[in-house]
Amino acid sequence: MSDINSNIPEGELTNKWTKFKSSVPLVNPSNKRTIEVIIVGSGLAGASAAATLAEMGYKVKCFCFQDSPRRAHSIAAQGGINAAKNYQNDGDSVYRLFYDTIKGGDYRSREANVHRLAEVSTNIIDQCVAQGVPLAREYGGLLDNRSFGGTQVQRTFYAAGQTGQQLLLGAYSALERQIGMGKVEMYTRHEMLEVVKIDGKARGIIARNLITGEIERHFGHAVVLGTGGYGNVFYLSTNAMGSNVTAAWKAHKQGAYFANPCYTQIHPTCIPVSGDHQSKLTLMSESLRNDGRIWVPKKKDDNRKASEIPEDERDYYLERRYPAFGNLVPRDVASRAAKERCDAGYGVGASKLAVYLDFKANTERYGKIEASKSGIHNPDKETCMRLGTEVIKAKYGNLFDMYAQITGENPYETPMRIYPAVHYTMGGLWVDYNLMTSVPGLYCTGEANFSDHGANRLGASALMQGLADGYFVLPYTIGAYLSKEISVKAIPTDHPAFVEAEERAKGILNTLINIKGTKSVDHFHKRLGHIMWEKCGMSRSETGLKQAIEDIRALRAEFWSNVKVPGIAEELNPELEKAGRVADFIELGELMCIDALNRNESCGGHFREEYQTEEGEALRDDEDFAYVAAWEFKEGVNFELHKEELKFENIKVAQRSYK
Amino acid sequence: MSTGNMNLTLKVWRQKNNNTKGALVDYKLAGISPDMSFLEMFDVLNEDLITKGEEPVVFDHDCREGICGMCSMFINGRPHGPKDLVTTCQLHMRSFKDGDTIVVEPWRAAAFPVVKDLTVDRSAFDRVIAAGGFISVNTGNAQDANSLPIPKMQADAAFEAAACIGCGACVATCKNASAMLFVSAKISQLALLPQGQPERYRRVQSMVAQMDAEGFGNCTNTGACEAECPKGISLENIARMNRDFASAKFVSEETI
Amino acid sequence: MSGFGNALSSSIGRKYVMGVTGIFLILFLIVHAGINSLIFLDDNGLTFNVGAHFMATNWIIRAGEYVLFLGLLVHIYQAINLTIQNKKARPQTYAVYNGSANSKWYSRSMGLLGTLLLIFLVIHLKDFWVVSRFTGIPTVDANGHEDLYAVMREKFHDPVRVAAYVLLMISLCYHLLHGFASAFQTMGWNHSKYNGIIKGASVWYSIIISILFALMPIAVYTGLIN
Ligand SMILES: Cc1cc2nc3c(=O)[nH]c(=O)nc-3n(C[C@H](O)[C@H](O)[C@H](O)COP(=O)(O)OP(=O)(O)OC[C@H]3O[C@@H](n4cnc5c(N)ncnc54)[C@H](O)[C@@H]3O)c2cc1C
Ligand code: HEM
Ligand code: SF4
Ligand code: FES
Repeated sequence: MSDINSNIPEGELTNKWTKFKSSVPLVNPSNKRTIEVIIVGSGLAGASAAATLAEMGYKVKCFCFQDSPRRAHSIAAQGGINAAKNYQNDGDSVYRLFYDTIKGGDYRSREANVHRLAEVSTNIIDQCVAQGVPLAREYGGLLDNRSFGGTQVQRTFYAAGQTGQQLLLGAYSALERQIGMGKVEMYTRHEMLEVVKIDGKARGIIARNLITGEIERHFGHAVVLGTGGYGNVFYLSTNAMGSNVTAAWKAHKQGAYFANPCYTQIHPTCIPVSGDHQSKLTLMSESLRNDGRIWVPKKKDDNRKASEIPEDERDYYLERRYPAFGNLVPRDVASRAAKERCDAGYGVGASKLAVYLDFKANTERYGKIEASKSGIHNPDKETCMRLGTEVIKAKYGNLFDMYAQITGENPYETPMRIYPAVHYTMGGLWVDYNLMTSVPGLYCTGEANFSDHGANRLGASALMQGLADGYFVLPYTIGAYLSKEISVKAIPTDHPAFVEAEERAKGILNTLINIKGTKSVDHFHKRLGHIMWEKCGMSRSETGLKQAIEDIRALRAEFWSNVKVPGIAEELNPELEKAGRVADFIELGELMCIDALNRNESCGGHFREEYQTEEGEALRDDEDFAYVAAWEFKEGVNFELHKEELKFENIKVAQRSYK
Repeated sequence: MSTGNMNLTLKVWRQKNNNTKGALVDYKLAGISPDMSFLEMFDVLNEDLITKGEEPVVFDHDCREGICGMCSMFINGRPHGPKDLVTTCQLHMRSFKDGDTIVVEPWRAAAFPVVKDLTVDRSAFDRVIAAGGFISVNTGNAQDANSLPIPKMQADAAFEAAACIGCGACVATCKNASAMLFVSAKISQLALLPQGQPERYRRVQSMVAQMDAEGFGNCTNTGACEAECPKGISLENIARMNRDFASAKFVSEETI
Repeated sequence: MSGFGNALSSSIGRKYVMGVTGIFLILFLIVHAGINSLIFLDDNGLTFNVGAHFMATNWIIRAGEYVLFLGLLVHIYQAINLTIQNKKARPQTYAVYNGSANSKWYSRSMGLLGTLLLIFLVIHLKDFWVVSRFTGIPTVDANGHEDLYAVMREKFHDPVRVAAYVLLMISLCYHLLHGFASAFQTMGWNHSKYNGIIKGASVWYSIIISILFALMPIAVYTGLIN
C-alpha cells in the first residue's frame, strides 16, 4: 500500500546500517571543501551535525533564531539520555533498546531506523564523555544510570536534572570550535523563512536577520532542518517561547511531506496551570517518577490537605492499574490515567486539575539506607526524613527548587501537584532512511522529523535521537547525496528561484504588518491553543475534530484580517516574528486535526475516544492503520495523504501491556 | 485580563537601537497577580502597549524555565532581580509588593552593546568559547566512555562549573563588567576532567586573551558575580583559572 | 618577552602584579608595625630608636626599601591602570545599582581607599622618612642614637594630624580587609580546606595592623606612653 519509498537498505535488520556505512559513496576531501551545507537549527540535532560535517571538511552555514547557538531548546531537557551500554549488567542490549522503543512507540515506527538508533546510542555516550560532558558518576568513577518510563533496565545516562544542557553545551563547544577555525559560519538571530528549490532540489534558504530585518539569501548544495518540535501549536507547552514550526512548514509548502502530525506527546508530570496569564508550562522531569509515587484521594472532591489524608484513603492509581511498571509506565499511559482521575472528580488543588507526586515513602527509604551507612540502627522517622531529604536534594535539587520558585510551595514538605502538558511532537517532516525529506537535498533531523518514535516517544530517547542523527547518521547519509553534487558549482543567489523565494517571504511579512487589525498575535495564538488542547489534545473524537477544523479555518480567516502587528519589518520586531510563526501554527493545527480524524484508531499519544478497550486502554487497528501518514501540501491550504506502510519483520506486533 | 490585584510603576529602559540614545520610561500597571512570573508581567505590559498602539518593549527570553540563559533584565539595581539563584524568567511577582516602583534596565557593559530596549548583544561570550572552550575531539574519535574513570568529586565539581547558562549576569553586576566568572567556569569544567588535560594550558591562555580582546573589565574579586549568578557558579573557578594561567605562562612551555 | 607573551599585560597578569605587590606591602607592614610597636615598651623610645637605626643603616633593609618603593609605585600605577580600564568596560552606568546586595562596599572602593592611603603615605613620608633620611633628625637619645621617637612625639602633638592618622588607618583596615584575601584569590591560592584560615587571617591581620598603627599616635597624643 506504500506509495512512497523510504529507501531502507536491503538485508538483515542488524546488518543494514553497517552495510550501508561501508557501501555509501564518499566525497573526497578536496571536493568537500567546495560543497556547502546549510544547517538550520543549533539544538542537539543541528549543532552536532554542523560540527561533524565541518570536521569532515564541508563548508557549513548554521542558523538559529536565538542570540547564541547554546540556547536552543535542547538545553531544557532534564532527565537523561538512553544508550544500550548495559553498564548496569541488567540485561540491556541493542536489541532490547530497539524493542522497547518500537513497543513504546505503539508499533508505529520504522524498524530499520529504530534499530540504527539503538546501534549508535552507545557511540553517543562515548563521544559526549570525550567532549567533557560531565555525566553523573558513581564513587568508583564510572558512569551512573537511572530508569525511565517504559523500560525495565537502567540505561539512562544523566547529569543531575540538566542532561540536555550538558549535552547541548558539548555539541555547542564542538560547533564553536569549528566556528573558531572558520569552518562553520554561524548566523545567530536569523530566522529561516523559505526553502529555495532549483530544478526540484533544495538549494538554499531565505532567512531574516532578526536585528536589522534584512532578508538574506543563502546558497547550499544541501539544506538540513534541525528546527525542533511544534508543541507550541497548543500555545501552552513545555517548549521555549520561540519554538516554532515555521522552517518545517515552509519546507512542507515546498513539497516536503509532513508525517503523523497528530502524534503529540502529553507529558504526565508538569506543573499545573495557575492562571490565564500563563505563558508556558514547566516540566518536572520523568526521572522524578523513579522516586515519586503518584496518587489522588480515594474520595471524590476531597478538600483535605495531602498530609491530612491517611495512607489507606489514597489511590496510587498507576500502581493499582499497572502493577508491573507502576509509576514508570510510558508517558501517554500515565497522562491519560491522570486525566481520567481528574475528569472523574478526584483531582486535587484549587483547579482540581492536578494529581500528587509524593516523595515521602522513598525519602524515608533513602534515609534508612543513609542511616545504616553511617551506623545508625533503628533511626527514628525524623532522622530518616532528614537524611533522605539530602539524598533527594542531591538527585533532583534543581527540579525541586524550580517547583518551589514557580508554585511558592515547598515540595520537600508537601507532595508536588502535577498535571499533563504538551511536551513533544513525534510527528514532523517525513524523511526516508537517509533522513532526506521528499524534496531531494532537503534533510530533516531531530525532533523536527517524524522518524523514530512512532506514536509515543519514550523518555530519554529524544536526546538520543537528536545526537544520533547529527553525529552519526546524517554525516554518512548526506554523503550519498552530495557525492553526486560535486560538479555543481555554488549557484549565485541572484538566480530567479532565490528572487522568487525572497518575494514570497517579503510578501508575507508585509501583509502581516499591513493588516493593522485590532487583536494581538498572542490573542490568536491563545485561541488556537485552546481549540487544539480541547479537541486535539489528550483525547480526541470525530465530532470534536470536525468542529476543530471548522474553528481553525475561521480563526485563520480572522487572523489574516484582524491581527495587529506593531512596528515595521526593517527592525528587531518580535511581534512580527511571532505573527509569522502563529500563521504557520494555524495551518499546521488544521492538518493535525485532519490527521487525527483520518486515524480511526488509538495509538500512543493519539487517543480517539471511539477506539478504546473496555478498560479504557488505547485500541490500535493494525489492519488498517499500520502506516505513516505523510501529507502533501496542496494549493490553498489543502492536504493529500500518502501512506508509507510499516512492516514489522523482527518484532511481533502485540497490544502494548504494562500491567 | 489579569487576575491579580497588585499595582506597579515600572521604569523601563527604552532604546530604539544601538545608534540612538535611550531613556527610562514610566508605565503604570494594574491588576498584576503575584503568581505571574516577571516576564508574564511584561507580557501584560506589552499587550497593553500593543492595544494602545504603542511599541511593545523588546526583551530577550526563550525557555522561561531558567536554563537557556536568554532572559536578562537588570531589576532594581540587580541582575535577575531581588531573589538569589533565580533567572528573570523564574522570578515571580510575589517577590514584589503592591505599589512598588520597579526599575528595569538592560545589562550594561561595553562588551554587551544594547540592541534594542532591554536586549543586548552577548556574542562576545560565544567568541570566548570559540577561542578554546572545547576539547578537540572529532566525532568518531572517542573511546569507550567507561574506560576513563573520573572520581565522583571531580566529576561533580566539573558539573557544577558546567551549569553556567551564559546569561551574563556576572558581567552585568560586576562593577568592572568583568567576565571572569563565566570564562573561569568553562575553563574549570575542562581543567577538572582528565579529558581536558591535553589542552589545559593552551585553553586558558587563548580564552583569557579573547576575553580581554572583547573589552571586559578586570576582576577585583568583589564577589558580586558569585552572589548574583543564578546558577551559583563559585569564585573558586576564578582562582583555579588564575592558577592555571600562571602555570600556563610561567611553567608550561606552551605559548600561544 | 617572547615565551611569556602577555603574561603580565593580560587582565589576569595585571592582577598578579597587584597581588604580588600587595602581598609584598602586607609583609612590609608586618615589619613596620613590629618595629614601631617598640614604642609601646614605654622606655622613652630607646629600643624603638635602636630599631629605627637598624632599619636606616642595614644595607639589606636599605636595598629592600628601593624594592618597596618600586613595589608601591607599581601597585599604584597598576591600580590606576585597572581603574581606568574598568571604567571603560562600562561606559554607560546604571540608573539604579544596588551593589550592597551582593558585595562589601570596601571591596568596591579599593581605588578610593587606596587614594586615601596614597595621601596618607605622602604625609607620612614627609613626616618621618624625609626627616630621617634627608633633612636629618635634630636630636639624639640617651644611647646616642638619632631620636626618631622625639620626632614622633612632636608630630603627634597635633590633634588634627592624630585624627587624620587614625582615620586613614581605618581606610587601611578596609583596604586590607578586602586586599588580603583578594590577593590570595588572585594568585589562585584557593583550597576548600584552607579558605577558612585565609579568611580568618585576613580579618585578624587587617584589624591588628590597623589598630597597632592607630594606637601609636593616640598613645603618644594622650600621653599613654611617655
Ligand atoms: C522541558 C523539556 C525536557 C525534555 N527532557 C528530555 C529528556 O530528559 N530526555 C530526552 O531524550 N528528551 C527530552 N526532551 C526532548 C528533547 O529535549 C528535544 O526533543 C530535543 O532536544 C530537540 O532537539 P532539536 O535539536 O531537534 O531541537 P531544538 O533543540 O529545539 O533546536 C531547534 C533549533 O532550531 C532553531 N530554529 C527553529 N526554527 C528556526 C527557524 N525558523 N529559523 C532558524 N532557526 C530555527 C532554533 O534556534 C534552535 O537552534 C525534553 C524536551 C523539553 C521541552
Ligand atoms: C600599604 C599600602 C598598601 C597595601 C598593603 C596594599 C595592599 C593591597 C592588596 C593586598 C591588594 C589586593 C591585590 C589583589 O587583589 O590581588 C590591593 C589592591 C588594591 N590596591 Fe592596594 N595596597 C596598598 C596601597 C595602595 C595604594 C597607595 C593604592 C592607590 C593608589 C592602592 C590601590 C589598590 C587598588 C585600586 C586595589 C584593587 C585592585 C584589585 O583588587 O585588584 N593600594 N592592595
Ligand atoms: S557565571 Fe553565572 S552569571 Fe555568569 S554567565 Fe554563567 S550563569 Fe550567568
Ligand atoms: S528565558 Fe531561558 S533562562 Fe530565562
